[in-house]
Amino acid sequence: MIGAHKRWPGWMAMAEPAANAQFMLTAFAFGALTYAFVSSDFSVALVVQNSHSLKPMIYKISGVWGNHEGSMLLWVLILTLFGAMAAWFGGNLPPTLRARVLAVQSAIAVAFFAFTIFTSNPFLRMSVPPFDGQDLNPLLQDPGLAFHPPFLYLGYVGLSMAFSFAVAALIEGRVDAAWGRWVRPWTLVAWVNLTIGIGLGSWWAYYELGWGGFWFWDPVENASFMPWLIAAALLHSSIVVEKRESLKSWTILLAIIAFGFSLIGTFIVRSGVITSVHAFANDPERGVFILMILGFFMGGALMLFAARAGAMEAKGVFSLVSRESALVFNNIILTVSCFVVFVGTIWPLVAEMLFDRKLSVGPPFFDMAFTPFMVVLGVILPLGAMMPWKRAEIARSFRPLVPALVLSLAIGALAFAMQTGRSALGPIGMFLGTWLVFGAMVDVWSRTGRGALAGRFGRLTRLPRADWGKAIAHAGFGITVLGVSGLTAWQQEDIRVVQFNQPFEIAGFTLTLTDVQRVEGPNFASTMGTVDLAKDGRAIATLNPEKRFYPVAQMPTTEAAIDIGFWRDVYVVIGDPQNNGGWAVRTYYKPLANWIWGGSILMALGGMFSLSDRRFRVAAGAAKRTPAGGVPAE
Amino acid sequence: MTRLALILWLALGTALAPVTILIAPQALAVQPDEVLDNPVLEGRARELSRGLRCMVCRNESIDESNAELARDMRILVRERLVEGDTDQEVIEFIVDRYGEYALLKPTTGGANWLLWAAGPLMLLLALAVGLSYLRGRETAPETGAARLNEDEKARLSKILED
Repeated sequence: MIGAHKRWPGWMAMAEPAANAQFMLTAFAFGALTYAFVSSDFSVALVVQNSHSLKPMIYKISGVWGNHEGSMLLWVLILTLFGAMAAWFGGNLPPTLRARVLAVQSAIAVAFFAFTIFTSNPFLRMSVPPFDGQDLNPLLQDPGLAFHPPFLYLGYVGLSMAFSFAVAALIEGRVDAAWGRWVRPWTLVAWVNLTIGIGLGSWWAYYELGWGGFWFWDPVENASFMPWLIAAALLHSSIVVEKRESLKSWTILLAIIAFGFSLIGTFIVRSGVITSVHAFANDPERGVFILMILGFFMGGALMLFAARAGAMEAKGVFSLVSRESALVFNNIILTVSCFVVFVGTIWPLVAEMLFDRKLSVGPPFFDMAFTPFMVVLGVILPLGAMMPWKRAEIARSFRPLVPALVLSLAIGALAFAMQTGRSALGPIGMFLGTWLVFGAMVDVWSRTGRGALAGRFGRLTRLPRADWGKAIAHAGFGITVLGVSGLTAWQQEDIRVVQFNQPFEIAGFTLTLTDVQRVEGPNFASTMGTVDLAKDGRAIATLNPEKRFYPVAQMPTTEAAIDIGFWRDVYVVIGDPQNNGGWAVRTYYKPLANWIWGGSILMALGGMFSLSDRRFRVAAGAAKRTPAGGVPAE
Repeated sequence: MTRLALILWLALGTALAPVTILIAPQALAVQPDEVLDNPVLEGRARELSRGLRCMVCRNESIDESNAELARDMRILVRERLVEGDTDQEVIEFIVDRYGEYALLKPTTGGANWLLWAAGPLMLLLALAVGLSYLRGRETAPETGAARLNEDEKARLSKILED
C-alpha cells in the first residue's frame, strides 16, 4: 500500500501526467480501504474499530471516512482529485501558470500524504484478527451524516485550488481579469460543497440530537464555518478582479487566508487543542505535524505575498458609491465576522495560556457578537446588488427596491403585532429575510431592461445564468435568515409525563400517546412510541419517536419523530418510563424550521447556476464549442 | 459538549472524544420532575441554564446535557430561585462553586474586554482601511488597456467569438 502514496517527481513537463497518476494511485488506495470495509476484513485494525459484519452496507461504506485515518485518506483523495481536474480542464491556462498551480497543489498533497503515512496510517494490520468488529459509532449510522464529510471535504480541500492559483499567480507576478475568471469557478465549487456539507450537518443535528438544535457554535462547527465565510468573501472579491481588475492583492490574500482557515480547521479538529491544552500536550504528534504544514504553507505564501503584492497595481477607477465599493463592504463584513468567530473559538486557549484563566466562550457570546454583522450585511445586500459598476447613485439604485422595502417592513410590523412581549429578534428577522428575498427578485427583474412585459419575461429566461445564480443565492440567504429567526423567536417547548391515551396540547396541536413497543432493528433494539397528531379534531399524522440501543457499541441514541410542514415542524421525542406509569415526552413546535436548510439548498443551487454560466465553461475549457447563440435556456 | 459536536469530532476523526458521556444513561435533558410549578420561575431557570456550562461536557449547557452533574446543577439553580435569589445571585453562586469556566457567556472583566471588543475594533479598522482605499481609487488616474501579449489577444478574441 505504501506504493500508492508515492508521487512522481513534479518537474514542469511532467506536471499533468503526474497529477493524474497521483490521483489514480490515491484512488486505488481509497478503493482498497473501501473494499476492506465492505468485505469486513477484520485483519485491518481500522475496520475492526469502526465496522461490524451486521451493519447495513451504506454504513459500511461511510465507515471508511467515519474515523480519523480513513477521513485523512478521503482528504488526500479529494486533494489529488482537484489536482487532476486542474490538469484535465486546465488546457486553457498559460502553460507556466498551469504547471505552477499543479506544483503547488501537489506540494500540499505531499505534505498530507506524509501526515497520513507517519501519524495516521489507515492500513495498519491486526496481528490476531478478531471475530467481529466494534461497530461504527451509532450516531454516525445515519444517511445525513454518511454524506456530510465528503461534501465538507470537497469544500475544505477545494479551497486549496484557490490557494494554488494565488501562489502560482504570485510566483508569476501577474494577476489580471483572466486569473479572476479562472480562480472563481474553483472557489465556487468549494463554496457550494461547503454550503451543502454544513447544511447537511446542521440538518442532521436537528433531527438526530433530540432537541432540535441546529447550530451550536462548537469549535468544530466554527472550523467549517470560518472557511465558508472567507470563501464567500473571496467569491465576491474575485468578481471585482474579473470585471474591474481592482482589489487584486486583497483577493490573493483572501485566497491564501481561505485555505489557511481550512488548515486551521483541520488543526483544531485533529489536534484536540481546543478541548484542552493538556490533551494536546499528551498526544502532540498529529497536532504538531499539521501545525508544521500550516506554518510552512501559510508562512511561505504570506512571505511571497509580502514580497510580490506591491507589484500588482490596481487598474479600474471607481467612485465611492459603486458596486465595487459595495463588494468591498461585503468583504469587510464577511472577514470581520469571520475574525469574531475565530477570536471566540481560540479565546479559551489564549486566556488559559496568557492569563491563566479557565473560561468558556459559548453560544451566548457568538449570538451577541456575530449576529449584528449578519444584520448589517442583510440590510445592505439588496441595495449593493443593484448598484452598477464604477459609479452609482444611491437614489437611483434604491428606487426599484421601494416596493420590496415597503413589503418587508409590513411583514416585519405584522410579525411584531402578532407576537406578544417577546424579543425584537423575530420581527427584525422577518423584515430582513423578506427584504433579501424580494430584493433578489427585483434584482433579476431589473436586469431585463425596459419595455413591454412580454418582452421582459422573454428576456428573463435568457439572462446569463450567473445573474440567476446571484439572485437565487441571495434569496437563499434571505430564506435561511427567515428560518433561523422564526425558529429562534417563536419555538415552543413542552416537557411532561404522558399517560397512554390522555391527549395534551402544544401550539394548537393535540398529541396522544397510544402505544410504546419494542422493535428489533438490523443492529439495534428500539423502544418505539406511537403518537397521534391532530389539529382541530382532524388527524394529521402518526409519529413514531424512538429510543435505540446499539448492543455492539453499547450506546443509546434518540430518534425524534418529526411531522414536517412548510410553515412548521412538530417534533416529538420519547424519554424514559416513569415510576408512577407513563412516559416522559418532549414536544416542540418549530416554526419555519425547514427554511433554514431550504435556504442553504438555494444558496448552493445559486452557486451551481453561476458555475454553469457560459463564461466559466468557456474559460475552464470544459466546453470549447458551445453553439453560437449562447446559452440554452433550461 | 453537544452530541452533535461530539459526532463531528468523531466524524472528522479526533481520537480524543470523551467516551464517558456517550455511555451516560440516555435521558431527556430537563426531566419532567425537575420542572418548577411556578412558570415564571421555571422560565428564569431555563434561561439561566442555557448560559451555564455542564462541567463534564464539552461545550454543552446544563439545559441540553444528559449528564448527572448537569441535572444536579439544574436542580441547584432551581433551588436558589425558589429561595428568592435574583438571576445575578444565582450566577454568582454558581461561579463561586464551579469557577468562571461554568459561564458560557464570558464576563467582560479583566483581559476579556479584548474578546468582546475584538469584533467592533476590527470593524472600525477595516472600515478605515477600506475607506482610504476607496478614496484612493476614486482619484487614481485611469491606466491604459490591459497589457496582453499577442498570443493572449488571439486567444481572447477566439474565446469571445465562441
